[in-house]
Amino acid sequence: MASTDLEQKYNFEIVRWFSVASVIYLVVGTFVGAYAAAELAWPALNFDSPYLSFGRIRPLHTNAVIFAFGGCVLMATAFYSVQRTCGVRLWSDKMAWFTFWGWNLIIVLAVITLPLGFTQGKEYAELEWPIDILIAIVWISYTFNFIMTIATRKSSHIYVSNWFFLGMMVMITYLHVVNSLAIPVELFKSYSIFSSVQDAMIQWWWGHNAVGFYLTAGFLGIMYYFVPKQADRPIFSYRLSVLHFWSLMFGYVWLGSHHLHYTALPDWAGSLGAAISIAMIVPSWGGAVNGMLTLSGAWDKLRTDYVLRFLIISLAFYAMSTFEGPIMSIRVVNALSHYTDWTIGHVHSGALGWVGMVAAGALYHLVTRLWKTEMYSVKLVNMHFWMATIGIVIYIVAMWISGIMQALMWRDYDEFGALTYTFAESVAAMHPYYVMRFVGGFIYSLGGLVMLYNVIMTIRQAGTEPRISAEPVKA
Amino acid sequence: MADKIYSTKFQDKLERNVWALLLMLLLILSVGGIVEIVPLYYLDDTMEHNARPEILWQQKEGQTLANWKPGDGIRPYTGLELMGRNVYIREGCYLCHSQMIRPFRDEKERYGHYSLATESIYDHPFQWGSKRTGPDLARVGGKYSDEWHIKHMIAPRSVVPESVMPNYPWLLENVLDGAMVKRHMKAMKTVGVPYTDADIDASSAAADGKTEMDAMVAYLQILGTMAKLDYGIVYRE
Repeated sequence: MASTDLEQKYNFEIVRWFSVASVIYLVVGTFVGAYAAAELAWPALNFDSPYLSFGRIRPLHTNAVIFAFGGCVLMATAFYSVQRTCGVRLWSDKMAWFTFWGWNLIIVLAVITLPLGFTQGKEYAELEWPIDILIAIVWISYTFNFIMTIATRKSSHIYVSNWFFLGMMVMITYLHVVNSLAIPVELFKSYSIFSSVQDAMIQWWWGHNAVGFYLTAGFLGIMYYFVPKQADRPIFSYRLSVLHFWSLMFGYVWLGSHHLHYTALPDWAGSLGAAISIAMIVPSWGGAVNGMLTLSGAWDKLRTDYVLRFLIISLAFYAMSTFEGPIMSIRVVNALSHYTDWTIGHVHSGALGWVGMVAAGALYHLVTRLWKTEMYSVKLVNMHFWMATIGIVIYIVAMWISGIMQALMWRDYDEFGALTYTFAESVAAMHPYYVMRFVGGFIYSLGGLVMLYNVIMTIRQAGTEPRISAEPVKA
Repeated sequence: MADKIYSTKFQDKLERNVWALLLMLLLILSVGGIVEIVPLYYLDDTMEHNARPEILWQQKEGQTLANWKPGDGIRPYTGLELMGRNVYIREGCYLCHSQMIRPFRDEKERYGHYSLATESIYDHPFQWGSKRTGPDLARVGGKYSDEWHIKHMIAPRSVVPESVMPNYPWLLENVLDGAMVKRHMKAMKTVGVPYTDADIDASSAAADGKTEMDAMVAYLQILGTMAKLDYGIVYRE
């Protein structure tokens, strides 16, 4: 089909806007993160300002990367792939634009309210109740449009990427609505209706599944569409994807309780979470293998195809984090790793390695397709790839060392049976690793900046050259 | 079997009908949460005060928050403490400080008795935390003087040179308004904290005109001091 026809058939404009927004939020979110990291290395950077202090900047970082960057990537890719796999235009263009502007309004509100200190005090669910209501409305508009597009599809079967996107949408609705239930006092202050151990369980049911669904299932939807598309061959195993999908959907929900080992949460709940966490290695690795083996017979493409390189390394990080996670959920390991930087390292190997890399791959794919041109500079893409990879490795290694060192210092005894180190001594020992973590994160952020520059130049280049691509667009 | 393009007939149905797929997902995705969360509301051994009622303060007819003495058991926060807790949440203290001591030898020596679920029964939301960039605060109450806390919050490195905590000088400047404290206490009552009307009136009036620093210190000084826990008793299996 000629590209102009495709343009009329599908709503690509919404995908373009979400794609560009994603890249901008990637840069903003990671730089805010690097700043927060620098504050831990050099506390003078808090500048005695409430708006810059770590406790307010850190939620801004997590919200920016998860909901601004991650959200826009999920919306761009889901809206793109659902149209392509169903062979129909989005069910409602108007609703899609509502989703775009609504989501961006939420992001703006977050950027204003979080530094002002308006927070629910629950990790990754900091935004206050009026914004929470807006999130629910916009999220449902996104979900509804997606479902209706599938309902009007031309193909007989629903493609696997759409299962994952749909599962993510349903679960995030559940989680967000339940975890945010609160009684308002003021416009930007409310009290959670839950307390104590029930609140802890609900919070980590939410917290782990923000990772498990938003950042895993959703991004697996991306993987299942973009890896086969980019490699130009079908997914390795259909059966494996069915297994991957249903076991992930059923199992992930249970994992939250492994964040609460040895706390006042009853042991039965923690053990249940840990047991299923370990079992989750199987579907997770099944999925990673399914993605990687899609390349069998075409491994040489990795040498020439920069998009595939991002996608495949993301799967390597996915496999690594989904192995590390279950290990950390084992009670004895958790006794050591909990409360330490190891957890932060683990999250970032997933977030920077898996989410960031698969998103970058998908976004590069989208930019060339949507603007019907080649990237402005392949050299810069490769530079981004290496900056991201090196940045991640520095970050994770720093956090492994500091995390394990912290834990060992806290539990160390001298020859008289007294604690060897004061807490303050363990803080001082972290300094070099906090510097190292900042360096790793900063390099990763710079990589994002390179991507943003490259994307902008590509779009400008596309604006000046004739709209018809030299290479035919693959349907 | 290799030529079969679907795994089961049921799976094939789901793949052809988005509403069936949606329904299946709604069911499957609700299981884990229900199994792990709902029992926490009705299993008696979840909250330790069901077996050991003495750890929860029983406010008798005519008693006010002022009648409570340290060790009498877990009680709702006074207006001042509640506002201190709100400052704690606003400043994101929970991102670096936990309030959940685990039952390990080193944590016992460093922080004290392991934390109980009942101890956070009036915490909406809970503040157990997930990270110790700084030390656990579940039992920090009474460990340092008020003056130390004030100094520490204005300039942490003046008392702990190794600290990476931000300075919080603005806590001295912000002043509490009694009417606002009252609204907050009423909202807490709505979510289930058993305040009496007399307590709400008296306690919110007492907080009027105090600074956020006073509130923060009051909150920190009460942490872990409400109930007297006995090392000889097993509160939690």
